[in-house]
Amino acid sequence: MDELDDGATIPIVEELSGKHLVVTSDSYTVYPIFFPGGDIGKLAACGTMNDLAVMGATPIAVLDAIVVEEGFPFEDLERVLESFKRVLEEENVALIGGDFKVMPSGKLDGMVISTTGIGIAESVITDRDLRVGDKLVINGTVGDHGAAIMALQAGLDVESTGLASDVHPLTRAMEEALEIGGVHAAKDLTRGGLASALNDFASKNNVALYVHEDAIPIREEVLAYSEMLGVDPLALACEGRALLAVEAGVAEEIVEAWRRMGYGDAAVIGEVVEGRPGYVLMETSAGGIRVVTRPSGEIVPRIC
Amino acid sequence: MASDPRALFLRDKRVAREISEDIRRLARELGEEVKIMTFCGTHEHTVTYYGIRSLLPENVRIVAGPGCPVCVTPARDVDVAIELALSGIRVFTYGDMYRVPGSRKSLAEARAEGADVRVVYGIADAIRIAREDGKESAFFSIGFETTAPIPASYLRRGLVPSNLKILSSHRLTVPILRYILESPDIPLRGVIAPGHVSTIVGASAWRFVAEEFGIPVVVAGFEPIDVLLAIDLVLRQLVRGEARLVNEYKRAVKWEGNPLARELMYSVFEAVDGLWRGIGVVPESALELRDSYSDLDARAQYGIEIRDSIDVRPGCRCSDVILGKAAPTECPMFMRACTPSNPKGPCMVSSEGTCSIWAKYGGYPIFRRPPS
Repeated sequence: MDELDDGATIPIVEELSGKHLVVTSDSYTVYPIFFPGGDIGKLAACGTMNDLAVMGATPIAVLDAIVVEEGFPFEDLERVLESFKRVLEEENVALIGGDFKVMPSGKLDGMVISTTGIGIAESVITDRDLRVGDKLVINGTVGDHGAAIMALQAGLDVESTGLASDVHPLTRAMEEALEIGGVHAAKDLTRGGLASALNDFASKNNVALYVHEDAIPIREEVLAYSEMLGVDPLALACEGRALLAVEAGVAEEIVEAWRRMGYGDAAVIGEVVEGRPGYVLMETSAGGIRVVTRPSGEIVPRIC
Repeated sequence: MASDPRALFLRDKRVAREISEDIRRLARELGEEVKIMTFCGTHEHTVTYYGIRSLLPENVRIVAGPGCPVCVTPARDVDVAIELALSGIRVFTYGDMYRVPGSRKSLAEARAEGADVRVVYGIADAIRIAREDGKESAFFSIGFETTAPIPASYLRRGLVPSNLKILSSHRLTVPILRYILESPDIPLRGVIAPGHVSTIVGASAWRFVAEEFGIPVVVAGFEPIDVLLAIDLVLRQLVRGEARLVNEYKRAVKWEGNPLARELMYSVFEAVDGLWRGIGVVPESALELRDSYSDLDARAQYGIEIRDSIDVRPGCRCSDVILGKAAPTECPMFMRACTPSNPKGPCMVSSEGTCSIWAKYGGYPIFRRPPS
């Protein structure tokens, strides 16, 4: 827990000698519970998978604890559990335990899901092994989840805007990258989006990052929505995106492999550079340079 | 989207580089330091968001001006709104204004103490809600010439119900720019005039900047190329020793502006001397409801008087930031005691406030691009 990473690691001796048991715990609350692209069940399952995957682990088991508000519709609960289980089945992950409680009406907003995930890693990928010269790669567009949820909360007709959450498991994308090799650091983009992940990389490793705004994949709908509401798309949450720092020689190969898997927007977005440590610099679409700051305050709503 | 600015040349790197090279050439020719004020908070957003300062030579400085209506609303008016809300009258406010500290607290903090405060997108929402439940309410109406015609329109058409009073704290941009240009301690060599405001007041409203003060003035749009071009147009004039008014934002701003909106605005409001937060009283710079609307005027109806208000807290340099005298990083509180999640001064609250923009979009330090 001292490392405050995406998961805790426990080395295993004997038959799994040299491998690591990776354990992660998280709780999920989102309003609304159902949104284009998923629901709180899918979000909880994928979030757990993703925390393990970016640590370099293959998820093997999950435990859950669900708390619902009294009067929560039974059909909705069934729908949520169904999508939670569907992700685990597709990922071939066992649900090995759980808990269910009901709280009095008004004491809780709908439902909360807490999970514990367990995975096994051949070798652990952390977020603190960046090296100058590394390339930064991402497996798709940023801000999709955050934009969809914020638009729903603002009462916009989200279906017609084409906004949808990107929530899905990152296990295969990570497997593919690890297979190619040269992965020095990985992070799944959740609250605070790309801006937060980049700042984590820069501050934890005492390096500077240089990213190119034009190279960062953003869907046109997300961009339009962000400009309309004055939010920074780089600070919007994602639920199916990984940011990797990889050896320069393999960056294009990883991006190509991701594209073949269906991540058509995968891209190299920047590099690790010498310079003022801890800073994330961005070459903007107008050719200027600015600092990408860590999102704080109201741009980080609790939506994942 | 047909109007996607990326599809136009307005965010084109090559165009930006060409203009910034021209700016460098002109700046070399001028030699001395040139300070240009962008009036508008949205211009400051463009400058910071796109890293425009990194494209400029060191002797060309862009300073942000008072173009943030939330930032310049006096603490006294926030205090009045809080008093109303604490006395049981529901206060409707814009989201930015909600978090701005008054003399002692913000409307958000007053709400936490039980005051009835509702955040709305505009007066239309306030009217709808007030009609629905008939509760005694007040709308905290702020903004420049771009915003004022909207409440004016509802008022003149008689669409504001009697249970909704207007607490007007509107401010006018032309008088404050004149005030700044008359201040000897703010040496400006150029002004980038507000784009949106000019759709109402017209480009011609800024002619006095060139004619009376001999300072080049350019009305500009909000894309990065608009702003770079405006800087270039100011420098060209300085090199030639000219001072003219140029309208760069022709795709939105007409010479005469929108006379209909102005007529509407002045039929409901009248210009009076107005207090600007941290600046002081500026002649004929505030809009108050005319006597014929006094039955809907919150001040006239509720008569709340605030005796001593505190505009600027000790240590806060918002008033210098608003006047372009100091950069946010020159304030000892910036990103220490005062952050976007815990703002101490108004410039850190509003999305148009210079401190908030620098904090969110990394306006500091400036990493200058080497000439290509």
